[in-house]
Amino acid sequence: MQLLFERSKPGRRLSLIAECDVPAVDFGDATRAQAPRLPQISEVDLGRHYTELAKQTHGVNDGFYPLGSCTMKYNPRINEELSQLPGFTGIHPLQPAESAQGCLEVIARTGEMLAEITGMDEMTLQPAAGAHGEFTGLQLIRAYHLDRGDAKRTKIIVPDSAHGTNPASAVMVGFDVVAVPSNAQGGVDLEALKAAVGEDTAGLMLTNPNTLGLFDPNILEITRIIHEAGGLCYYDGANLNAVMGHARPGDMGFDCVHVNLHKTFSTPHGGGGPGSGPVGCKDFLAKFLPGPLVKKGEEGYEFFTPEASMGRVRSFYGNFLVVVRALAYILTLGKEGIPEASANAVLNANYLLHRLCDEFSIPYGDSCMHEFVIDVEPLKHETGASAMDVAKRMLDFGVHPPTMYFPLIVHEALMVEPTETESPETLDAFVEILRSIYDEAQTDGELLHQAPFTRFIGRPDEVTAARKPLLRYQFDGE
Amino acid sequence: MANIPADLKYAASHEWVKEEDGLTVIGLTDFAQDALGDLVFVNLPEEGDEVTAGESFADVESVKAVSDVFSPVSGTVAAINEELLDAPESINEDPYGAWFIKVEGVTETEDLLDAAAYEAACAAEAE
Repeated sequence: MQLLFERSKPGRRLSLIAECDVPAVDFGDATRAQAPRLPQISEVDLGRHYTELAKQTHGVNDGFYPLGSCTMKYNPRINEELSQLPGFTGIHPLQPAESAQGCLEVIARTGEMLAEITGMDEMTLQPAAGAHGEFTGLQLIRAYHLDRGDAKRTKIIVPDSAHGTNPASAVMVGFDVVAVPSNAQGGVDLEALKAAVGEDTAGLMLTNPNTLGLFDPNILEITRIIHEAGGLCYYDGANLNAVMGHARPGDMGFDCVHVNLHKTFSTPHGGGGPGSGPVGCKDFLAKFLPGPLVKKGEEGYEFFTPEASMGRVRSFYGNFLVVVRALAYILTLGKEGIPEASANAVLNANYLLHRLCDEFSIPYGDSCMHEFVIDVEPLKHETGASAMDVAKRMLDFGVHPPTMYFPLIVHEALMVEPTETESPETLDAFVEILRSIYDEAQTDGELLHQAPFTRFIGRPDEVTAARKPLLRYQFDGE
Repeated sequence: MANIPADLKYAASHEWVKEEDGLTVIGLTDFAQDALGDLVFVNLPEEGDEVTAGESFADVESVKAVSDVFSPVSGTVAAINEELLDAPESINEDPYGAWFIKVEGVTETEDLLDAAAYEAACAAEAE
C-alpha cells in the first residue's frame, strides 16, 4: 500500500480553515526558512489510509490474542464510556484542586484499591508504563539506601527468567545487575541466591508467578534471604493477573511493586496504549515517592508532595484517563469479581496446557498459573518447524501468536496466556488450530517456513530492519 | 552439525580460544552463532579494559534476544575487532575468523574443553 508521502499531491488539503480574523504575528528569526515536508492529502484519502492500516492489524476485537506476559484481556466498553465523561475529559491539569475534586477522588480511591490488592501502604499513579514503574521502584530502593548513608549497595539481583525490562531498568538507575540461575523446577535457585547476596546487594527484582507461569513456592525464603542481606525486594507486577485477590506481594515480603493497568486492569494495551504503571510501597519507603500524591484533608481531597520525594517521574498525574478505566474495572468486578477473574485466568491457562501437552513439549511443570511455555524444540528437531514458523502459521487462522523466544531459558519458546475473558469455545478452537499446525509440520515442516500464506505481510525482513533501519521517509533518496 | 576446529580450545559457554603471538584470542563458536540466529548488533569492550574469567565482556544481539559473551580468561584487552561493530553478520558467516578480542597479561584461565569434549557438550545441549 502507498505511504502518505507517496499519496501526497502539492496543494491538496484537509478541511478548510476559516480566514484568520486576528492580526498576524511576525515571529522574526524564529520563522522556519522552509515549510516542513508534510504530506499534502485530502481528508478522504487520509481516512482510507488509516482504515487500510487498521484492516492489517489484529486486536483483541479481531480474535484470540494469547500473547504471554502481556495479559491481552478484553477491555470492557464501560471503561471507555466512563473515561469519556466530560467531567474527566474537560479538565485542565493546572486548575485548582478544589474545582477537580472528582478527579482527585479517582486518583485517591484507585491508589487505595491498588494498595489493598498488592498489600502496599501508598501508591503513586505517575509512572506511564511497566518499565517506568520499575525505574520508579528502583529509585525508591536507591533513595532508601542513600538515606541511610549506605552508598555501597550497587547491585540488583535478577533471575535469569526475568523480563528483559528488569535488568534494563536497573542499569538505567545506575545499578549493576547480578543474574541468578533458575532451579530445575523453574524457580529461583536458593543456593545461587544465597551466594549472590552480600553487603553490595541493593535489592532483588522478581516476578511471581514468573515468566514460566510458575508461582515460586520458596517466595518467603527468597525475600528473607534478601532482607537478611540488607537489600529490598521489588515485585514486577506484570503477572499480577494470576494472583490478584488471592495473594499479595506485600504479604510475600516485597517492599515495593508496580502494577500494569494495561495488563491486569483491562486498560488498552499495545499501539501506544497509553499504558500506566502505578508503583506501590510500604510505609517506610513512602516519603521517597514521586509527588504530588492525593490525600483527603479537612477541605476535601488535596495534593501533597512527600517529604523526601524523588521528584516527578512524569508530568502532572500520569495517564489519568487510563486510571479512570482501571477504577471502572475494579469497581465493576468488586471484591468478589477480582479474585474470580484471576481464578478463571489460571483455569483457562491450565485447560490449554492439559489439552496441548500430548502434542507439544511443556518443559516446566504439569500445571501453571496464568500462562505456560511450550518448547517447540522437539518439533523443530523432528520436522524443521520452529517456534517462529508455528507462530507465523497461526496468523493464517486469525490468531495472534503467543510471545516467541521468551523466556530465554527455553530456546524455542511459545509463551501462551489466554486470560480469563476467553470462552471454552475459543480455547477449544485454539487447540484445534495448534494441533492442525502440528500435523502440518509432521507432513511438511519446511513448508511452514513460508507461513503465513494469507496475510498482507508475510515475513518482514527483521534482520535488515535491525541492521539498516530506515526510521523516516526517504525523500528522493535523501 | 556445527563446525568445531580441532586446533582451538572451548568454553562451555560457547566461546573459542586460541593463543596467537603471545595473546589470547576469543570468539564465538559456530554452534553459538547458529543457535542465536542472524546477529544484528555487537557490543565490545575497549582496549585496556580488564576482563574476568567467567564474566561477560561483550554482548551480541540477534532478532530474538540479547546474549552475553563470557570471557574464559582474566587479563587486559589488547585489541578489539572493530570490524564486527559494522558487520555483525561476519560472526554468522565466519565464526572462527570473526574474533572478538585479544587479551594480554592473562592471570587466570578457566578449565577449557578440547574439540571432542566441546562437541559432546553441544550434542548434550541439542538433545
